Amino acid sequence: MSSSDTPPGVTITPYRDGPYLVRGSFEVLDQDGNQIPLSRRTIALCRCGKSRMRPFCDGTHKLAGFQAPGRAEELPGPPDANPGAPECRRAR
Amino acid sequence: MSVSAPASVSAPPSHAARCVVLPGMRGPWTERLFSALLQAPGTDIEVDDLAVGAHGALQDHDLQLALYVAYELHYATIEGVDDRWEWSPSLLGFRQTAERHFDRAVEELVPDCALQGTTDVGGALQRLVGGDEGPPLSRFVEARATREQVLEHVIHRSAYQLKEADPHSWAIPRLSGAAKAALLEIQFDEYGEGKPERMHSFLFAETMRGLGLDASYGAYLEQLPGITLATVNLMSGFALHRRRRGAIVGHLAAFEMTSSIPNRRYGNALRRLGYGPDVTDFYDEHVEADAVHENIAAWDLAGALARAEPQLAREILFGAYALLALEGLWAERLLDCWREGASSLLGPVASAEHSVR
Repeated sequence: MSSSDTPPGVTITPYRDGPYLVRGSFEVLDQDGNQIPLSRRTIALCRCGKSRMRPFCDGTHKLAGFQAPGRAEELPGPPDANPGAPECRRAR
Repeated sequence: MSVSAPASVSAPPSHAARCVVLPGMRGPWTERLFSALLQAPGTDIEVDDLAVGAHGALQDHDLQLALYVAYELHYATIEGVDDRWEWSPSLLGFRQTAERHFDRAVEELVPDCALQGTTDVGGALQRLVGGDEGPPLSRFVEARATREQVLEHVIHRSAYQLKEADPHSWAIPRLSGAAKAALLEIQFDEYGEGKPERMHSFLFAETMRGLGLDASYGAYLEQLPGITLATVNLMSGFALHRRRRGAIVGHLAAFEMTSSIPNRRYGNALRRLGYGPDVTDFYDEHVEADAVHENIAAWDLAGALARAEPQLAREILFGAYALLALEGLWAERLLDCWREGASSLLGPVASAEHSVR
């Protein structure tokens, strides 16, 4: 499929440390050209590779500690500024 | 001979109007409120001598039930109670007294250090949720819970899931621009994208019915302990006060961010016990839906609200932390009771016992 065939009005957004969200009018096909059923208008596609329901995201990236910026990476890939959380325990 | 319709008949799903039956009174808070509600709207409710029980406001079964019923006037009809009570000054005064105790107890749970990093709210929410060390409830349920314990878990959750998404909808008119659009993107999906049979509250009712439980709204109010009701009162309180719009947004973000993985485990628990897709659908749907919602909630909703109203950043994190803290206490109660071989509910559940296979 050439880029000019892409239906207009589709956006694909990488979310920081998370999946790609796809919005608009689109369909998802498997490699044999069969339609993959979609259960909602906005879908999340796995970006970390660890989902157990690929191509969709199932939240597993959080367990895997997946990190990626919510924007395009430049070459060479800059380290994503994501400082560790200060030690903070729940008050009892 | 009357024959009841088989469950498989493909009639349009019924969404009965919500009507709650007042549960039994539990102490001074519910006695004071319920006896007034059965009288004319505006009847005085004395509050000066009402105090919090020995276990604190969050674990006070009586106070939390009274507050839950006070909020319930905004969501549902209460049998025998005049609808005009909803905005009656004496009811609002009573509610405010209960809220003061509740709010203070919640504030005591949230350490100041949890509310820092407020220039990057999406990132701060990620760190907050990622660093949360809640009790391993979903792991226990997935691997070891008995059928009765799984039913208990569902009954606890019915306090919210039968009106899933409704509290957060109160925030819609209080937001604008990108934050409002993001909230509506989530809520549209929560409400089934225009299909009532895909509404999440309806899917939960289907799960309850599939488990042999009573799916009518409020059916198990009698059995719900204070901390379970507190998890719902938290969102109703944030949602019904415009000044707390940051907190309800943070609450939703953290709720969505902690949903996909536990819901997969709850679905697995039901599969382990032999239940099929009719019962697991609610949980399976949430694995996929909340993997979408959590990103919208953290970045497009909370992030946009913090950009539009930077002074709310701290409140957004407060709402998120409060959710994690209360859910933690609730999970702890379930696991503590089960460890002792006891029920985590207050009193027996008739219809659950009938349904034991």
